[in-house]
Amino acid sequence: MGDNVIKLDYVIPGDDFSVAGEASSNVKKVLNQLGIPPFIVKKATISMYEAEINSVIHAGGGNAHVEIDNEKIVVEITDQGPGIPDIELAMQEGYSTAPDEIRELGFGAGMGLPNIKRYSDELEINTEVGKGTTVRITIRLKA
Amino acid sequence: MYRGAAMKLRDVVSILDAEILAGSENLDLEITSACGSDLMSDVMAYVKENVLLLTGLVNPQVIRTAEMMDIKVVVFVRGKVPGKNIVDLAAEKGISVLTTREPMFVACGKLYSAGLTGRGA
Repeated sequence: MGDNVIKLDYVIPGDDFSVAGEASSNVKKVLNQLGIPPFIVKKATISMYEAEINSVIHAGGGNAHVEIDNEKIVVEITDQGPGIPDIELAMQEGYSTAPDEIRELGFGAGMGLPNIKRYSDELEINTEVGKGTTVRITIRLKA
Repeated sequence: MYRGAAMKLRDVVSILDAEILAGSENLDLEITSACGSDLMSDVMAYVKENVLLLTGLVNPQVIRTAEMMDIKVVVFVRGKVPGKNIVDLAAEKGISVLTTREPMFVACGKLYSAGLTGRGA
């Protein structure tokens, strides 16, 4: 890859849960094409997918910006949703504010943010109540 | 890591008396572990290997989850038949889709009894 930085941008639609994951799926394809080891691809795509789902569930969608260089993959999911009032609480496994109809779809069990933390090397959350949230996930390509 | 005895996808089809809706070209695929769950976030949290996923949840996010997790086979239990959009998405991703009339507990039990004891975690 040299010193090149690959940048990818996606709009995450908020009105259709059935298409949630399209952006992550596309990123997975790109990472595989770049020859990145499968376990790193998995870490990156699971983290991104959970964040993408979160933006659909809680914020009516958002935007994904991905940068890949020879050292890391950085995924930034930004939304203009309600924000997270208590991050510590939101990071607890099992805590969720997702409505019942989302739970019926197999999500909203309070594992999203904990899963992102589990699979990412760095996780940064910037959130402001009433303004929105940016989740920045870093996956290192080198140990 | 403990691994169960391997079986082929064709054995799974036979044991569960299942119908294969997508990915019938993968009948010789080796299966070493399985996971039964209706909660996709749990699948993503705890599954480490490329398991066979049994679920009673029917929506496209099941296939998306399988895609992210490199899961190659999804079995819908309790006689649930996924819609064409789900089957097509799976086919596009090279994921085999089965449907069985068995309920979750029985489907898992039958596979486990037949030697598929790997838990994939």
